[in-house]
Amino acid sequence: MDARSTSPIAVDQLVKRYKGVAAVDGISFRLAPGSVTGLLGGNGAGKTTTIAMIMGLVSPTSGTVTVLGADMPRERYRVLHRMNFESPYVDMPMRLTVRQNLSVFAQLYAVKDIEGRIASLAAELDLTEFLDRQTGKLSAGQKTRVSLAKALLNEPDVLLLDEPTASLDPDTADWVRSRIERYRAQRGATILLASHNMGEVERLCERVIIMKKGRIEDDDTSEHLLSRYGRETLEEVFLDVARGRRHSEAAQ
Amino acid sequence: MATTDTGVNFSFNRVAAMVRRYWYLLRSSWPRILDLIYWPAVQMLMWGFLQLYISQNAGFFARASGVFIGSVLLWDILFRGQLGFSISFLEEMYARNLGNLMMSPLRPSEFLVALMIMSIVRLSIGMIPVSILAIAFFGFNLWALGLALAAFFANLILTSWAVGIFVAGLLLRNGLGAESMAWTIMFLFLPLTCVYYPVAVLPEWLQYFAWALPPTYVFEGMRALVIDHVFRADLMAQGFALNIVMFAGASLAFMMLLRSARVQGSLLQTSE
Repeated sequence: MDARSTSPIAVDQLVKRYKGVAAVDGISFRLAPGSVTGLLGGNGAGKTTTIAMIMGLVSPTSGTVTVLGADMPRERYRVLHRMNFESPYVDMPMRLTVRQNLSVFAQLYAVKDIEGRIASLAAELDLTEFLDRQTGKLSAGQKTRVSLAKALLNEPDVLLLDEPTASLDPDTADWVRSRIERYRAQRGATILLASHNMGEVERLCERVIIMKKGRIEDDDTSEHLLSRYGRETLEEVFLDVARGRRHSEAAQ
Repeated sequence: MATTDTGVNFSFNRVAAMVRRYWYLLRSSWPRILDLIYWPAVQMLMWGFLQLYISQNAGFFARASGVFIGSVLLWDILFRGQLGFSISFLEEMYARNLGNLMMSPLRPSEFLVALMIMSIVRLSIGMIPVSILAIAFFGFNLWALGLALAAFFANLILTSWAVGIFVAGLLLRNGLGAESMAWTIMFLFLPLTCVYYPVAVLPEWLQYFAWALPPTYVFEGMRALVIDHVFRADLMAQGFALNIVMFAGASLAFMMLLRSARVQGSLLQTSE
């Protein structure tokens, strides 16, 4: 059995060009089942485009993306019911109540026991008291929890998180991270997380892929990156990469 | 596993989920419901009173009682059918929910079927009260057209869906920059499909364009029925055949625009 079919997410020589400009420029990686991997990079590094190609929202210019054995975007309907995502760049319809939104998405994902699943997620994510409130009337933190509930409705095997704690206060962000950790521990899901928050990546991810100008600049465990760059925090490593300092120079 | 569906086949369950989503939205806002009735009622009353005035002063219009109101009501089926389709689609863009839907197992064909169902729901909310008003004010009973009405409706709603599907593709490809198309594209049909006058009024070269559009057959058929009391099944069949071609063309265009949107990355950026 080849590695492409055993990796929940396999990306090979992936390229995306917009009018000749490479947003993603020949990247390759494979994620191990049940792993949490951080995708780091500055603005315009190609993280969101990479995630969009993994989701099948954007077609690659060349190269391949395989998710749970399905070639994306061609075979996406074979696996979309086993995936889900959360991003601050999409919203849930504001006029619908939290319960209505979750039940519509639960039906789209063919969740077996819709009421039961919503009740258990609401309890898990501390949303019970907001279930019958309009989604648009919730605070940013509450909306993020609703988005996370939507992302977990179908108990996905592959979860893509694009800056899941952007614009949240530290307490709420920490709370969200603990729920993501708990879900991975319970379900053994493979999680790919794009973030600008280095502390978040350090805490959640055993592997870190750092992108710059559409390419992978480094790819290792947090510990190895810190050791190779001679830094104490991932933020310092990120700045070294962003400013073009090699790990040998940075370590001096 | 929490889900039962493999997601590969067309699913009426997912269509029902989307219809439920739009129904929740519609019933949560009384201005949305009022808006569905308001314009059709204003149009019908204005044209109805105009016809009443003309019919009292001209022999032909006295004989052709109901032509204008019939035209207004049928035009509204065409116009509101497309608008009902397109507005439901636009709601997803306004709500920034398109990414959630495109990433879900919802297939484009299921999404389009849900939009078609909602166009009928929205049309019914608007047109049923207005058709009753037409009886009360002018004694014009649209429902008395019977089977002919069913043929007119089927042809008009098919055209409205075809236009709605094409506009949805443009919106996917071009984002809200193409929003004005959703509101105005149908007005191109107003002069060309001869809603308020016979095709013979047009210059001969323009008549070819008119006969290439399915609604023209409906409006001509309606005039034949109201003025000459003849149901022109031949016109309905020709209109239906053109509608099939138009619907297939619009569906093909939608799929090509969706593919292009995936290539251009437009599904990530649906604002203007």
